[in-house]
Amino acid sequence: MPNATIIALIPLLPLAGFLLLGLFGRKFFKKSSGIIGTALLLASTLLALYTAYEYFFIYGKADGVYQQFVPFQMTWLEFSKGVSIDMGLLIDPISVMMLVVVSFVSLMVHIYSLGYMKGEERFPAYYSFLGLFTFSMLGLVLAGNIFQMYIFWELVGVSSFLLIGYYYDKPSAVAACKKAFIVTRFADVGFLIGILILSFCSGTLDLPTLIQRLTSPDSNEIKTAVASTFLGASALTWGAALVFIGGAGKSAMFPLHIWLPDAMEGPTPVSALIHAATMVVAGVYLVARLFPVFSITTPGVLEIVGWVGAISAIIAAIIACTQTDIKRVLAYSTMSQIGYMMFALGVSTYGGEGGLGYTASMFHLFTHAMFKALLFLCAGAVIHYVHSNDMKDMGGLRKYLPITHITFLIACLAIAGVPPFAGFFSKEEILLAAYQNNMAIYWIALFTSGLTAFYMFRLYFTIFWNKPAPSPLEQSGKRKIGSEARGGEAHGEGGFAMMLPLVLLAIGAAAAGFIPFGEFVSSDGKALETKFHLVFSIAPVALGIAGIFTAMWFYKKQNNKSDKLAASLNGFYKAAYHKFYIDEIYLYITKKVLFNLVGKPAAWFDRNVVDGMVNLTGAATQAISEAIKKIQSGKVQQYAIYFLVGVIVLATLFIYILR
Amino acid sequence: MMEPGLNHFLFISAALFFIGVYGFLTRRNLITMLMSIELILNSVNLNFIAFNKYLWPGKMDGLFFTLFIIAIAAAEAAVAIAIIINLYRSHQSIDVENAEDLKY
Repeated sequence: MPNATIIALIPLLPLAGFLLLGLFGRKFFKKSSGIIGTALLLASTLLALYTAYEYFFIYGKADGVYQQFVPFQMTWLEFSKGVSIDMGLLIDPISVMMLVVVSFVSLMVHIYSLGYMKGEERFPAYYSFLGLFTFSMLGLVLAGNIFQMYIFWELVGVSSFLLIGYYYDKPSAVAACKKAFIVTRFADVGFLIGILILSFCSGTLDLPTLIQRLTSPDSNEIKTAVASTFLGASALTWGAALVFIGGAGKSAMFPLHIWLPDAMEGPTPVSALIHAATMVVAGVYLVARLFPVFSITTPGVLEIVGWVGAISAIIAAIIACTQTDIKRVLAYSTMSQIGYMMFALGVSTYGGEGGLGYTASMFHLFTHAMFKALLFLCAGAVIHYVHSNDMKDMGGLRKYLPITHITFLIACLAIAGVPPFAGFFSKEEILLAAYQNNMAIYWIALFTSGLTAFYMFRLYFTIFWNKPAPSPLEQSGKRKIGSEARGGEAHGEGGFAMMLPLVLLAIGAAAAGFIPFGEFVSSDGKALETKFHLVFSIAPVALGIAGIFTAMWFYKKQNNKSDKLAASLNGFYKAAYHKFYIDEIYLYITKKVLFNLVGKPAAWFDRNVVDGMVNLTGAATQAISEAIKKIQSGKVQQYAIYFLVGVIVLATLFIYILR
Repeated sequence: MMEPGLNHFLFISAALFFIGVYGFLTRRNLITMLMSIELILNSVNLNFIAFNKYLWPGKMDGLFFTLFIIAIAAAEAAVAIAIIINLYRSHQSIDVENAEDLKY
């Protein structure tokens, strides 16, 4: 049976780190806070690996089906009988898998940051924020109660806000962190309402009970829920759709993706941890967690999930081809890959062979965490060396950054889906699932995978080949002011602390594909055999390789071919370069429409009605007191007359009128 | 010779009361005002005694009230005279119009 103490310690250790470093870091652990945070997380990672081993190989299976366990549960706040917010631990294949992913990637980032963030003014604060983030993400993953999940969901949002705004003296970072917080918070309102609807329909907040009640077609709850409709859709459909809006906001799905590229203002390791590998997949995890509800009860919503994922995947891929900021390219590629995971869920059905999409999505989540974290950390190493985010300042770096070069290449091959790297296997499964269920999405996905290979290798060739590299001395001379990396003078590739995570993650990105993932994670807990279709994989691999060679032709040597192409596609290129003007549309809607239609009237109402009432009270009081202040004259005899008149009036009143 | 009835007492009491009120409102000298107040109090006392005697002859409540009022009047006179003496010390006058600035 699962050991509640061990599992509870996995999130609690980072929390301890957060409290310790947050409260005392600046005074006592100025130098050692990195080591402390990393050590705590190492322990937590080991415990997570131990839990995963125990679960998958020792006690998890009963009759060939992976079971759900609730080793610990405590009622935190009871609303009414049966409806309560519980703090608990829920152990099942996806939560265990996510435990490993989150703690491992977080550990890599912790180690990497030892080198990358060295000498930062707010070093302890950085590590305490990382601890808070890891705690909340692990708590989200383990949540056995949908409201507990929501609490941790918001905590994740807060820590993301703190980390994006880490360089708070930089206006763009401040703007970015506010944007991220507001956009995701806006989506979370949908999530909250969705939770309320779902829990109202099912009469519980407990996740396993909720899923069980909402998926058995003859239960009382589902009958009443389907009976009540709003705007032509049943209450359940609305609930599921709203929950998905929350997930889409956190996972940066179109059209709520605008915060993700801006979130790259945070330190690069943070981007690797939060905006690539862990937090942004929270939305995917949420859909996967409620997958039975989505697929059995509200298949219409699942179709929306699929299409939103597919559209996000392709739009992000197109935009990624035009961006010049290395981290923004990676951000859009993240969005595109998460789109993959989403539509993989969208084309899946519950249980059996049809559940391939579910397994594929989780598998892609797993492998993507590896190679995307690796890509970001490599980008961090490059930025650390060049002191610039812009691809124009890079080129020919393969001589100076050999380890980074190789690991980056592995990650690129993995994300491009070249066998035998990890991305190949997971992407193959996703494409297969799409092929079996929805041809339109399949074609989009296939095209996107070609684009993915192209833009990743565009990045690779521009950074590591292209023009001859300037010498390190020259590099350090033209360091950009205000650029993120504020490291020292000319230096090599970065220390052991920065290279170790790269190598470990590269091993993961190269080898993770060979894990027989269907054995462990499937929609109904039964082992799902993932067959390998050689013929089927020809098309995507060929497309991927074509993309790579196109990128090579364009970018390996310095030339103007790409500029010519951009010029020939003028309008489209410009639109893509400006991210299809989605930011501008948002600005227009918020500034022009919302501001004029809602903001201004509200301001008018506030100024004239609310303030007016307050001012009126004040003015009235003043006028009255001005009028009656003559009464207090200081003449005793006048007072006596008032008194006498009063007594006479009262006496008359009582004697003649009120008798 | 006619026995005095309740109405006689009430008449005298009312007359005393209004003489007192008139004195209080018209005199400027604080001592005179204090004396007027004594008149008002005594008119009340007279009322109490009269009602007690004619309406509830077996009871003593009116007498007790009267005794209380006499006691309080004595105390009040002491306090008032103390105030008047202080006022005289600071203003060199016991005219009520000079005491107007006490409101500040």
